[in-house]
Amino acid sequence: MTAATGALAPAAPALLVTRSRRPATWAAAVGVCGLLVLALLPFVSAIGFITDLVNLFILVSLATMWNALAGYVGLVSVGQQLYIGAGAYLVLVLSQHGWDPFAAVPVAVVGGAVLALPASWLVFRLSGAYFAIATWVLAEVGMLFVERFGSLGGGTGAPVLGLDGFGPDALLRYTYWLALGVTALVVLAVFVLLRSRLGLVLTAVRDNETGARSVGAPVMASKRVVYLLAAGGCAATGAVIAISQLDVEPSNVFNVQWTAYMIFAVLIGGLATIEGPLVGAVIFFVLQQELANYNAWYLIILGTVAMAMAIWARRGVWGVLTARLSLHFFPVGYHVHIPGPTAPGDRFSRFLRGDPPVPPADPHKEETRA
Amino acid sequence: MTYLNALAQGIMLGGLFALFACGLSLIFGVMEVINLAHGDVAVAAVYLAIVLIPATHVSAIWIFVLVVPTFVVGGYLMQRYFLQRSLDSGPVTTLLVTFGLSVVLENVLLEVFTANSQSLQIGSLVSDSITISSQIFLPYLSLIILGAAIVALAAVHLFLARTRTGRMVRAVADDREAAQLVGAGYRHLFGVAAALAFGTVALAGLALGMYTSVAPSTGPSYLLYGFAAVVIGGLGSLWGTLLGGMVLGVATTLGSLVDPDFGSMLPYLVFLAVLAVRPRGLFPKKSLA
Repeated sequence: MTAATGALAPAAPALLVTRSRRPATWAAAVGVCGLLVLALLPFVSAIGFITDLVNLFILVSLATMWNALAGYVGLVSVGQQLYIGAGAYLVLVLSQHGWDPFAAVPVAVVGGAVLALPASWLVFRLSGAYFAIATWVLAEVGMLFVERFGSLGGGTGAPVLGLDGFGPDALLRYTYWLALGVTALVVLAVFVLLRSRLGLVLTAVRDNETGARSVGAPVMASKRVVYLLAAGGCAATGAVIAISQLDVEPSNVFNVQWTAYMIFAVLIGGLATIEGPLVGAVIFFVLQQELANYNAWYLIILGTVAMAMAIWARRGVWGVLTARLSLHFFPVGYHVHIPGPTAPGDRFSRFLRGDPPVPPADPHKEETRA
Repeated sequence: MTYLNALAQGIMLGGLFALFACGLSLIFGVMEVINLAHGDVAVAAVYLAIVLIPATHVSAIWIFVLVVPTFVVGGYLMQRYFLQRSLDSGPVTTLLVTFGLSVVLENVLLEVFTANSQSLQIGSLVSDSITISSQIFLPYLSLIILGAAIVALAAVHLFLARTRTGRMVRAVADDREAAQLVGAGYRHLFGVAAALAFGTVALAGLALGMYTSVAPSTGPSYLLYGFAAVVIGGLGSLWGTLLGGMVLGVATTLGSLVDPDFGSMLPYLVFLAVLAVRPRGLFPKKSLA
């Protein structure tokens, strides 16, 4: 995540292209330190707080995955609970066959992605509302399908085996690390994806799909990659849910409420940035905790806020916060520093942008594409 | 004989699905969006009836006289002052906003009326039936619902085909700009379409509440059945929608012969199969009505 520099246009004089700016370098440092602190937290913190954090991590992973779908490739899926359920049930089945539930998590991820392949073949023939409803129907079919297996507990579900070998404290710690690891990997995967060549296609699709198609960008293939990634990520989260709840119940893991959580968190935080879902998930989670005594009212309030933001503040909290400052903690764009006589801006914004100090004779004008 | 009875029950159940599909089809045909809260609006109508019946002493079978007009007015206001704003921000926003509305509506009903399932009590109508043979029964209620579905679909069809406002709605659906140029304001006409859609879905909800018991979480599955009926029937074709509903109804009752869970799964499988083979539906039609 350090600043990687390279010249794009060889002929142009002093045209400097950078991928990150000073705040991003800082953010990377803070992020790594933060991850370390979070990883060490179970040794010092109260058990209740650790349990809460597991739920927060679940929310962050789900929101990040849904944002990758809807924010970048415009796929509004209402059926991601299919992959949550698939991940949870894969852990359950493997645990019933004597696997360590934690060892089953990677299998669940691969399984989710593999399941998404035929599913994508079906739902990618559709778009917009058709796509949304078809994904929802697939999730319902998935639930009704696993309910037919008596060995999996039918409609009532079954406990994940092999978890009682751990002591309660150790189990919580492992669950916490698993949730933290999944979340970090999910966010990192989206970050790496967006910085890759494919990420360029995704950004183009986000900004203008028809335009991207017309210049020959592989739109369908990139959509499929994101769909498979989101399926794998949701399956991983489903595995975390199964292990943290100790048992798997079809009406829970296949509940459309998970998708509601994802959508509300992303709408509140802000669509189509990496930071948005993180911010949104934290806001969602804090409100959920604060309103915990008022039953379903937290969902009513959060839903209303999310709807209002979708209509009146489409860029979400993160978008509103950073509308003035060009602040990106996850540098996925390119910054082109164009030499020219234009005013360089005040010292603070130059500092934020990570521009070199103003040489008196050679001020830099800058354009940003994120 | 069992299969024949299942077929008859399925065809009548298709009326209920078609009633759900009617409003969805109308809104999609006119505004090219899906109201993901459609099923929850229907459930809200049931709960309104449950509140109104003891308050007004109107019998359950006639309560639609009060509930449907309420939803027609509510649908118009909802469209003009809420959904239109999301439509202005694009189809994705509309999907998300109606999904949010679905979750909010479901949870409000959950908070006010608890998760217990309730039904509209219509006395002996629910059990009385015409006996065709020892194996085949046609319950009065199912016949009434099928009749109501046919009347509602015919009314919407006639409205769109024959009335001045209906023609304007179709004009706006075909080409919004051109229709506006000749004086058809799309906002009001969208409101009219939404009013009709909300009216029919309220009727569907009441039918559902008489047919079976309803809980706040019932909504989404009927949204899915309704949408499946629209897709199977072919978009924009109201009579195709009725046939689509019947296909789903028969799938439900035939599946239930295997076991009840399979009864709720088979219509989805039929829907997915149609999507895979003929995404434009079995009876596609180009424009509305």
